[in-house]
Amino acid sequence: MDKPKEIVVLSGKGGTGKTTIASSLAVFFRNKIIADADVDAANMYILMNPNTIKGGEFAGKPVAKIDSKSCINCGICNDLCRFDAIDIIDGQHKVDQLSCDGCTLCSLGCPEDAILMEPVMVGKWFSSDTEYGKFVYARLDPGAENSGNLVTMVKHQAKLLAESEQTSYILIDGPPGIGCPVTSALSGADYTIIVTEPSISGISDLKRIIKLSDHFKVKSGIVINKYDVNLDNTKKIEDFANENNIDILGKVPHSFCIIDEISKRAIPVLQCSELKEPLTKIYKKITGYFELENETKK
Amino acid sequence: MKIAVISGKGGTGKTYFSTSLAMSLEEADFFDLDVEEPNGYIFIKPDISDEIQYSLPVPQIDEDRCTFCNKCAEACAYNALSILPQLKKALFFPELCHSCGVCSFVCPVDKALIEVEKNIGVIRKGKFLKGNFIEGRLNIGEPSGVPLISGIMKDHLDPERTAIIDAPPGTSCPVVESIKNADYVIIVTEPSPFGLSDMKLVVEITKKLGIKTGVVINKDRGDSKATEEFLRKNEIPVIFRIPYSLEIQKSYSKGIPLIDTVPGIEKKLKRLYEDISNG
Repeated sequence: MDKPKEIVVLSGKGGTGKTTIASSLAVFFRNKIIADADVDAANMYILMNPNTIKGGEFAGKPVAKIDSKSCINCGICNDLCRFDAIDIIDGQHKVDQLSCDGCTLCSLGCPEDAILMEPVMVGKWFSSDTEYGKFVYARLDPGAENSGNLVTMVKHQAKLLAESEQTSYILIDGPPGIGCPVTSALSGADYTIIVTEPSISGISDLKRIIKLSDHFKVKSGIVINKYDVNLDNTKKIEDFANENNIDILGKVPHSFCIIDEISKRAIPVLQCSELKEPLTKIYKKITGYFELENETKK
Repeated sequence: MKIAVISGKGGTGKTYFSTSLAMSLEEADFFDLDVEEPNGYIFIKPDISDEIQYSLPVPQIDEDRCTFCNKCAEACAYNALSILPQLKKALFFPELCHSCGVCSFVCPVDKALIEVEKNIGVIRKGKFLKGNFIEGRLNIGEPSGVPLISGIMKDHLDPERTAIIDAPPGTSCPVVESIKNADYVIIVTEPSPFGLSDMKLVVEITKKLGIKTGVVINKDRGDSKATEEFLRKNEIPVIFRIPYSLEIQKSYSKGIPLIDTVPGIEKKLKRLYEDISNG
């Protein structure tokens, strides 16, 4: 059995329709594990109607804690800290846990050994059953750090499931942006579907995410969502894709049906006929790419 | 008055709203802290006059002086250093480094490990109307925008001036960093269950930080009942509404600001700012 192929849905810009496309593709792909790696703002569960089978807490990096009994308020920790994480409240030095990066420098530098590093729980992960296969997702506590590690955790759980269930694919709904959570989602991926929209902001962010995906040497394809909102910009995206040898996987029209279905917590492609044709095309292009790759290997 | 604009969910219209709010005011500064994807410039169209490279200290090891004692690698909480005594090699992985300074603190050998500057992004400064435009732009491949965001807030936020701060999406660290200095937070949401779910998370953050908060409902099709119920229960006011409109979407897609798309909205934004600053 070959290693399961990891397909990650990304966008750079938020709100372009990652979750719409990822959940709809989950209907098409057989034989896969589904994962939501947007742990900052996890939404895919809303559409997948999951029955949790197992889950766990996720500990972030240990953060500093000052023992006020041993602390002599000398201020060395404050001088050392580069994250502005030491506050002085009523003359007592305290660690602002939201700012603490867990580097341990204050703890090492404290002459009274009054600073200890303690792990804090920063999120939870779940694996679940859905009508469309096993689904792994997570929730980061609001304001917490470390979402890159939680993304890695989600992917790890999805991989374990993919091995035990012998599935061919892992379909991952990714986070927005280009930072650590995105690089965690991209690392080890076999294909990235980039969902964009024909706005100047969308195009600007598309170029940044393509650069990142190239940096990780992951094959990418573009989906233009709401393509009919601005046909000139859609043409610009198609030209950009052509020049850079990137496939346009499909174009999805603006649709009130999608908005209505999501507000009913339903996967849009099940009811919205205008989604069926482009989604079929996207699905066929991606599976076709992997089939061709397999043949070339043989 | 410092107003930060956040959303939780991406694409709800943070930048679209915050740029027009800044442009409707007489002398507001605009900060684009969505450093992974800065797009405020598209609507504000500032005259950029300065580009300041932003750097962080990272270790540089002199292998002739290094005794390969491994203290730096042991102390590094991010696994950014690896010492190979047999090969007399010290390996540094810059993409894992958080520039905390632990390695140079623990190194027992004089000048074996020094800190050098590494560029992680750029701060672009310029003018629009009577305001200053300040944008952070993270280099592609850099893991975290947090240092760039806190650097901008430390060095460029003028306490005397009105500032509109466009924050990144999500609910984690970078959002906290962007709103720490704010007197008021505006959450731009949309009525979808996604918008609501993510808004609940950012409300927890603003509550935790104790910052006054108001909500803008964008893409409103009269379907925001669940959102409004949640807000009522949490005593958070709806301070502005923007209707769902294909015309607005088309205008947005061309980079035309909200104030040049909806007649009369500039006055309403001005009034909104006055209401907020009068408490």
